[in-house]
Amino acid sequence: MATVVFDRVTKRFGRLRALDELSVTIREGSIVGLLGPNGSGKSTMLKLIAGLYRPDSGTVTIDGMEPSIKTKAMVAYLPEIDHLYGWMSVRQILDYVSAFYKDWDPARCQALVKFMGLNPEATVSRLSKGMRARLKIVVAMSRNAPLIILDEPLSGIDPPSRLRVLQAIVSEFREDSQTVVMSTHDVADSENLFSDVLFLKAGKVALMGEAERLREERGKSIRDLFEEVYA
Amino acid sequence: MELRLDQHSPIYLQIIDEFKRQIARGDLRPGDRIPSQRELAMMVQVNPNTVQRAYREMELMGITETLRGQGTFITQDPERLAAIRREMAGRALVSFVQEMRALGYGRDEMIEMVRGTWDEIVGAQAVQPRQGAPSPETAEPQRSGTEGGEPRGNGRV
Repeated sequence: MATVVFDRVTKRFGRLRALDELSVTIREGSIVGLLGPNGSGKSTMLKLIAGLYRPDSGTVTIDGMEPSIKTKAMVAYLPEIDHLYGWMSVRQILDYVSAFYKDWDPARCQALVKFMGLNPEATVSRLSKGMRARLKIVVAMSRNAPLIILDEPLSGIDPPSRLRVLQAIVSEFREDSQTVVMSTHDVADSENLFSDVLFLKAGKVALMGEAERLREERGKSIRDLFEEVYA
Repeated sequence: MELRLDQHSPIYLQIIDEFKRQIARGDLRPGDRIPSQRELAMMVQVNPNTVQRAYREMELMGITETLRGQGTFITQDPERLAAIRREMAGRALVSFVQEMRALGYGRDEMIEMVRGTWDEIVGAQAVQPRQGAPSPETAEPQRSGTEGGEPRGNGRV
């Protein structure tokens, strides 16, 4: 399991402050929904956890360690972009990726490929957008990584694929050994998945809390709160 | 199992309510096995911890019983089942009366309208209880005589 702590983290791109003195603690064993409109800092936050960016000031730690080779081995990161080689087949991609990770679980991978209805012989570049999204989630969830980072896994895909992706997260999530952080602007479809939600606004925390408690206290769905926060 | 989650109240409470509703309606029978926590979480795409909380509460409330290695089952305790049915009926009544009052109807007028509507809906059909609904006998076996008010169902008003 992994606890992620952001302590007064600022990240700038030119004059833009993507994250502005952000302080956040992500509980281990939770599925955190990272919510906010485009440009609110979601992807930047996830890339800092994955060790792809370094903060300009402040610290990001995973179980007390700053992102490094060691923490990278703990993190399964699903980027928003299509990062898989188009000329490979599904099978080749999975063979290729599996070689990088000690925590790769071949049995789980096989079950997921089947569940997703992916043809192992299909060429990646010929897959539909929805099928590529399914393949990406197979790559991320086939590892026994303590920390799973999903950047917009539902973005721009067909409803059946969306359903499969959500189901795969639920079925593979190990609440006693994993933490999941997932960004999305599609709150309605995914809000039941989250144990905690974190609303980002211009690089700062606009609202954070346990999803069930927020529903209870405010008598509103996370989706309604989302509309309230970003109105 | 289908869940109509409205998300405006805690999901674990809505899961519990849905089970209660299905029990009260007879869609789930005493002793029926319900999905495992993981199965339900997948079916409705809900956080497994939320489902776990709902199942734990249902166990504490005596709605379900979990047998090690066999699964989770609806209780066979007749009193418990009757209480669930009464609770669901009570809630339906409260919301009905509140709604009618808000529309400006008084007690007697309301009762009169219920009679009329009952005859319209039920009287038109054959005098048969709805398919799948528990009969009063199986739902409340401990009921004796007229205790608990008028006998229900069977087209009587």
